[in-house]
Amino acid sequence: MDNIILEMRGITKTFPGVKALDNVNLKVREGEIHALVGENGAGKSTLMKVLSGVYPAGSYDGEIHYDNQVRSFSTISDSEHIGIIIIHQELALVPLLSIAENIFLGNEIATNGVIDWKQTFSRTKELLKKVGLNEPPTARITDIGIGKQQLVEIAKALSKKVRLLILDEPTASLNETDSDALLKLLMEFRKQGMTSIIISHKLNEIKKVADKITIIRDGGTVETLDCHNEDISEDRIIKGMVGRDMEDRYPAREPKIGETLLEVKNWNVFHQHHRDRQFLHDVNFKVRAGEVVGIAGLMGAGRTETAMSLFGKSWGHKITGDVFMHGKPVDVSTIPRAIEAGLAYVTEDRKHLGLVLNNNIMHNTTLSNLDGVAKSGVIDERREREVATGYRTKLRIRSHSIYQEAVNLSGGNQQKVVLSKWLFTNPEVLILDEPTRGIDVGAKYEIYTIINQLAAEGKGILMISSEMPELLGTCDRIYVMNEGRIVAELPKGEASQESIMRAIMRSGEKH
Amino acid sequence: MVAETSAQKTTPSIGDYLRNNIREYGLLVALVVIMLFFQVVTNGVLFKPVNITNLILQNSFIVIMALGMLLIIVAGHIDLSVGSIVAFTGGLSAIMLVKWGIHFSIVVPLCLILGGLVGAAQGYWVAYQKIPSFIVTLAGMLVFRGLTYLILQNRPIGPFPKDFQSLSTGFIPDFFYFLNPIPGTVTNFFALVVVVALVALAIYYGLRDRRDNEKHGTENEPFAFFAGQMAIIAAVSIFLGFMLSTYKGFPNVLVVMGLLIAVYTFITTRSTIGRRIYAMGGNEKAAKLSGINTERLTFYTFINMGVLAALAGMIIAARLNSATPKAGVGFELDVIAACFIGGASASGGVGKITGAVIGALIMGVMNNGMSIMGLGIDYQQLVKGLVLLAAVFFDVYNKNKG
Repeated sequence: MDNIILEMRGITKTFPGVKALDNVNLKVREGEIHALVGENGAGKSTLMKVLSGVYPAGSYDGEIHYDNQVRSFSTISDSEHIGIIIIHQELALVPLLSIAENIFLGNEIATNGVIDWKQTFSRTKELLKKVGLNEPPTARITDIGIGKQQLVEIAKALSKKVRLLILDEPTASLNETDSDALLKLLMEFRKQGMTSIIISHKLNEIKKVADKITIIRDGGTVETLDCHNEDISEDRIIKGMVGRDMEDRYPAREPKIGETLLEVKNWNVFHQHHRDRQFLHDVNFKVRAGEVVGIAGLMGAGRTETAMSLFGKSWGHKITGDVFMHGKPVDVSTIPRAIEAGLAYVTEDRKHLGLVLNNNIMHNTTLSNLDGVAKSGVIDERREREVATGYRTKLRIRSHSIYQEAVNLSGGNQQKVVLSKWLFTNPEVLILDEPTRGIDVGAKYEIYTIINQLAAEGKGILMISSEMPELLGTCDRIYVMNEGRIVAELPKGEASQESIMRAIMRSGEKH
Repeated sequence: MVAETSAQKTTPSIGDYLRNNIREYGLLVALVVIMLFFQVVTNGVLFKPVNITNLILQNSFIVIMALGMLLIIVAGHIDLSVGSIVAFTGGLSAIMLVKWGIHFSIVVPLCLILGGLVGAAQGYWVAYQKIPSFIVTLAGMLVFRGLTYLILQNRPIGPFPKDFQSLSTGFIPDFFYFLNPIPGTVTNFFALVVVVALVALAIYYGLRDRRDNEKHGTENEPFAFFAGQMAIIAAVSIFLGFMLSTYKGFPNVLVVMGLLIAVYTFITTRSTIGRRIYAMGGNEKAAKLSGINTERLTFYTFINMGVLAALAGMIIAARLNSATPKAGVGFELDVIAACFIGGASASGGVGKITGAVIGALIMGVMNNGMSIMGLGIDYQQLVKGLVLLAAVFFDVYNKNKG
């Protein structure tokens, strides 16, 4: 097993004005799970795009050795041909086609262009069995969950006789059960001798499965850690990623909790599309001034749906229930009214729902409260500039100016722009939905610091997160949701990963 | 995840600046080159005062509709029905003026309102029922063309009263005739004075903006560029103004068009409603979640388009001195092409009023130039199609390269 399957030597890749990769080296042994970690923008994805031929040979410097031969790929199919398969963060599946059609897309079992459906289906069944997915080959991608879609991608890779499987953030949008299943599958593949490279921000998962960890920072290799020789702690990895010690991943805070700001009573919501299905059942919760309240739960528990239905009825229908601010009933039936009532909702999907990507930082910042920088419909440019500059400084948004387009910012800085936008509406309660998803460790810390600052200013924070350590590290109180219901309310002292999971499991038994 | 690390910022060289802003200068340069080309191949006919006047009269309605179409396209939609609205409102105005004898001061605002209603009727389906604008306005294109045939009973109606005709064929009188220093050549001194005043004003405001930017640390274009651009615009404007002043002066429609361009430039760059349209076109869901009433905004852009198309319809009817059921056939394509040549993006969120206006002028000069050369409609269409494709390819190429 001491066979080096892949060696990338001195890879340097420049984009106009930016050196994305600078003399990166990567050595992967056959049959191991090799983790690639680094902050956002460190160059992990770029490196994998070089390897898979997305960036063709000649567009970068350095050598790729695979199976002891120097390789140069000019297209993705060149690398796939010899068994290097990459599964991107954004899944490349066609939603309205079936599982079988997706697996063999571009690689159909056909003679003279006529598809052999019988064989397609039987091969699909075999592949689905290997990845442990129990769905009919004819099921449409759009009808199965994201976790299962991920498995379809892996089945697709297997159909191409994969030897080196590259997974870019495979568990980023999966819940814990699905993530575990996926990691187990990778370990199963390892037993069969397959090699994997996994890019991930979730260090606990990496610790679980990786044999080696290569850390990349600012486009260069920092080090490769061998998980078998020493016990590697998460803090050790983080130190390599950020280039310094992270004493504490969550900044400390003295909670100063005041009166109840937001209170929601008997919130019932029916499903947006399946209109006769009740999705949220009698949800009750409250958020007090200066308090950070978490909502924990598995994917599909109804957390985002609670937030969005509350925020101007942006999700669901037949919405009933009462909303109070400062004990007085308020109308939140449209988004402008919800904003008026003092709510702000920072969506989990920054790129599609949070930002206008081709607009600059300044325009994004003022979007929700344009009237705040305008007089009778005419924008006061000077005032707008001041506002945007102010938030850029306050939230430490790293950009060359407020005129930089949002699309060119890193995930953490994009999130700060979304936060700026909502802070400028001067809300009393901020609902933060997965505020640190896809953000690197350093930027996460900054987001937590901002959350603490806001709480200290007396705002109420409602935070939805799938990362339990994050909730435990930042929240004063945690609601646990499962299957559209609030199943537990845990004060800081009682909340732990175990107590949260126990609440979820127990409620599952009841129904 | 690519290229997130921001590059070290250096002061941009003139070359960099040109590369980054090639689209805007390219468009202006293309217009000038096309004008010079036709000036040469038509042996100087293009820039004859009477032809310049003609050019303005022939293209004013395309420019006016391009203003509304740009907003529609920026909002992420399209309107195929404007040619039919032109015919429909032209027909309505003819019936009211000629058959019913209503005074034009009532007919004009009434037709603008009717145009707005037509726009609202289509905007409703797009904005509130979420039917793709392509389909709604394709239906509108057929419906309003059909209605035009119905109300006109397949026959042209005309001629119009003189005062209504002057909307399109009238000129601004020479208020300053007594000051004219060279009455032999210049026949409308007022036009010349106004052009020179406007150029002076533009330079003043341009310089003031630069000073403002410097104060706030905003990046300015290199001075050489600013000066060059201003010099070209000033030279072209004064030249055209001078030519017009040796003929009959400013056509009324030029003034209407100029005012509308100014108003819409202001709306798109300075008003909250303009900003919201750009945000909506860039990312409708994000705009909606930011508290913007995207339905109402879409609805408004279609009403606005209807009003502008109605204005164009009356200008065309007045110019031809009759309303015909076939008026405005194919205009929607010229208007849409003007926006895309001017740099608007088919996926919404991107586009400028100045771009659309220059795009319309490019189309107009080509139409006019090729007509003078005696090229048939066949070649004209062919050339226009290729220019549209080339302009959009230029955009795509630039985007991919950057």
